[in-house]
Amino acid sequence: MAGSILGNRVLRKEDPKFLTTGGVYVDDLLDEPALHGALHVTYVRSTVAHGNITSIDTSDAVSMPGIVAVFTGKDLGLEFVPSAYNPAATRTLLATDKVRFVGEPVVAIVSETREEGEDAIDAVIIDYDVLPALIDLEEAMASTTLLYEACGSNVVFDSMVLGLPDNTGDAYFADCEVVAKGRFINQRVAPCPLEVRGAAAAWGKDGRLTQWLSTQHAQGAVAPLAATNGVDPSMVHVKTPDVGGGFGAKIGAYPEELLLGVIAKRVGTPVRWRETRSESMVGLGHGRAQLQYVTIGGKRDGTVTHYQFWAIQDSGSWVDMGTILAPFMTRPMSSGVYAIPNIECRTTSVVTNTTPTVAYRGAGRPEATAAIERAMDIFALEVGMDAVEVRRKNLIPKFLSPHTTVIGQTYDVGDYETSLNKVLEAADYKGWRAKQKAARDSGAAKQIGIGVSVYVEITGGVGNGESAKVEIQDNGHALIYTGTSPHGQGHATSWAMLANEQTGIPIENIELVWGDTDLVPIGTGTMGSRSLQQGGNAVFAVAAELVNKAKSVAARLLEASEEDIVLDKDSGSFHVAGTPAVAKTWAELALAEKQSGGLVHSDVINVSGATFPFGAHVAVVEVDVETGKVTHIAHTACDDAGKVLNPMLLEGQIHGGVAQGAAQALLEEVSYDPDGNPITSNLADYAFISAAELPSVTVVHMETPTPVNLIGAKGIGESGTIGATPAVQSAVVDAVSHFGVKHIDMPTTAEKVWAAIQSAR
Amino acid sequence: MKVTITVNGTTHESDVEPRTLLVQYVRESLGLTGTNIGCDTSSCGACSLHLNGESVKSCTVLAVQADGGSVTTIEGLAKDGVMHPMQQAFMENHGLQCGYCTPGMVMAAIGLLNENPSPTEEQVRIGLEGNLCRCTGYHNIVKSVLACANNK
Repeated sequence: MAGSILGNRVLRKEDPKFLTTGGVYVDDLLDEPALHGALHVTYVRSTVAHGNITSIDTSDAVSMPGIVAVFTGKDLGLEFVPSAYNPAATRTLLATDKVRFVGEPVVAIVSETREEGEDAIDAVIIDYDVLPALIDLEEAMASTTLLYEACGSNVVFDSMVLGLPDNTGDAYFADCEVVAKGRFINQRVAPCPLEVRGAAAAWGKDGRLTQWLSTQHAQGAVAPLAATNGVDPSMVHVKTPDVGGGFGAKIGAYPEELLLGVIAKRVGTPVRWRETRSESMVGLGHGRAQLQYVTIGGKRDGTVTHYQFWAIQDSGSWVDMGTILAPFMTRPMSSGVYAIPNIECRTTSVVTNTTPTVAYRGAGRPEATAAIERAMDIFALEVGMDAVEVRRKNLIPKFLSPHTTVIGQTYDVGDYETSLNKVLEAADYKGWRAKQKAARDSGAAKQIGIGVSVYVEITGGVGNGESAKVEIQDNGHALIYTGTSPHGQGHATSWAMLANEQTGIPIENIELVWGDTDLVPIGTGTMGSRSLQQGGNAVFAVAAELVNKAKSVAARLLEASEEDIVLDKDSGSFHVAGTPAVAKTWAELALAEKQSGGLVHSDVINVSGATFPFGAHVAVVEVDVETGKVTHIAHTACDDAGKVLNPMLLEGQIHGGVAQGAAQALLEEVSYDPDGNPITSNLADYAFISAAELPSVTVVHMETPTPVNLIGAKGIGESGTIGATPAVQSAVVDAVSHFGVKHIDMPTTAEKVWAAIQSAR
Repeated sequence: MKVTITVNGTTHESDVEPRTLLVQYVRESLGLTGTNIGCDTSSCGACSLHLNGESVKSCTVLAVQADGGSVTTIEGLAKDGVMHPMQQAFMENHGLQCGYCTPGMVMAAIGLLNENPSPTEEQVRIGLEGNLCRCTGYHNIVKSVLACANNK
């Protein structure tokens, strides 16, 4: 018998389509019959960051060529909707009373062509009484100008409302021999999926709404769509075409998408909407945006005994998912990989007049990792030890049964020192230190910096399990229905591999169905690196059950006992043990079951909890100390994601993650002027990282399987970002540390690096 | 305005608005949606295709400028069901994830090798600077292009 397909570098089934005709994204649904004659929706967005709307005049716009209708929130009868995370914060999906960020949708234009809609934007006249724009987090915390009067404060969520203690201040460190403090900016970044948001809506004759959505979670959009449209959730059908990237920002449905059904009903025709990139840069949620105060203390020998962390999270102008990442994702991971006996962590989430923040690759864990890793670096400087040795001294020793940190988070398995040792060796850490010394001794303009991070993160923390259905068709091929929602991760291939392992059906004969809420009503989507350990696990378990079902059918047909039936995976057929000549194929069994509901099995498979992937990264940069220019010249990553299903896909996730981590450390930042005008609202102004700014990545494999699920897998989608960001930032600081530089905030642009050198010299 | 443009070997006579971009023409007039739009500042390269044998960002070309010209899009690359070596290299080296940048990336990569058949890694990275990808970290894209160059 051939060996298992699991663990092999299986090429992707989905690639030929993407490579020859391209994917079919929302905006490509030109031939969709239900969208025949669809009109285009264009949103008019606020041009002020904070203000009361005093009047809206749409009369000129309505009479422009091709304009079918122009709607304000009042025209549509929109009601105030509370935030899920702080119900005192309410808004209408088109601003009616007040605008809170530049880019907030205020008016919807319906036109025959997209261009006509764009042309009409400038004809809509909106007057505002401008209010002070709150862009700076600490200013917003202290301000008496409130974004949401009913909240009574711009602080919209604090870990203390969960009953968690406040931080106790400097007294906490009274017994420490060494104390180091830092104020770190984990800057606001834009997720930038290559495909911007797009959606379409059509009402059927049966009164049901079909909504096409570029989303990571179709099932999650049903309830808000039903609520917005005033219909029962059973009357909403969400369909997910190919999705050109999400990175967390396409988890929730946005006002621009939710309103399409309401607009389609008003105009009596289907409607489409696709934002421009410039709209996307202000309308699609942003990520990170934390201000971090850390204090770290311990002994002269490098032992860390105390750590205090205050994460101030910028929620942006709506109390969206970004608000709760700090308390529920950053805080639990504040101890990182270290055995720190005393930890305090408070989180405070604050609204500002900026784009709302949402999940972005790592979502709260990169922030926790960046804080503790920077803290380790500044502590190492303070005690005068090598940063790697300080880390090593404080690592939680290897554990293969659950370990609970002082902050209260339980990790499944961990072997941090091995990952550190592996990455140091693969990266030639000692060799780079020697090169660094030579460059320093020579006083060359180009100096070398080496950054090391060790991290642990949470994956599969979203949802307790996932749905899966495996159905055998008449020809013996299989259809898998999954509640996950691939948008680049390769589930069509991975889930086929898992089903093949159980059923023997060749992966070319296995197709995947996802993101259609009529076909897959139960699903938690793809986010938080959950897909393989929950969705893949479910496919694996359900396919195993289907094999058992098939055995009982084969037993009946072959007039044998079920226990005696074996599945020959090479031929994909069932026979009585010892008599392979008389066999029943999957197709024959499916045919036999056709009248009694078909050969199919579906279930929701629970898993017992999240997993905690870990690893270590080494980044090497070259810094021109005369200009401050940083070049990322080498990167080595050891990411332990447990049992590996397909190393090729795993490496792809790491590469992409590293690039986004390096992008934050080196280049990318969403910026506003003091009045709240975005100054990075297109891809010419926003420093989206390119191939020219990255090195190739060396991936070091390590597998410590988790006991949490059947397949031993942990998530890998976000690890690269979590490990890379602090390693690259640390490398930049290290390159100029001999001048006395102790910290440079991200992004470590040439300007900042140069300024840091000048002020330290 | 009347234009005559040959796309993937078929000649089309069309009436287009003067402001129609080449990318809009291939997507909306011809229904060739493999070519994607990723930005509005000519920064991302998702709309790269070949005009008269050269890789161009089709959001920077008006359809009327392509009058009389010959265009190849991603849909015109495979011949008789056999993928172009660059498409094959992307598949074998996992040079794509979500697929959105892919058509433009493949067209730009072919253009790059047309100009420099044996590039170094650095030359590939600089050559593809104008084509953005958010998924792959470019590692496997660069690998794909180098693999394609070495297989020639």
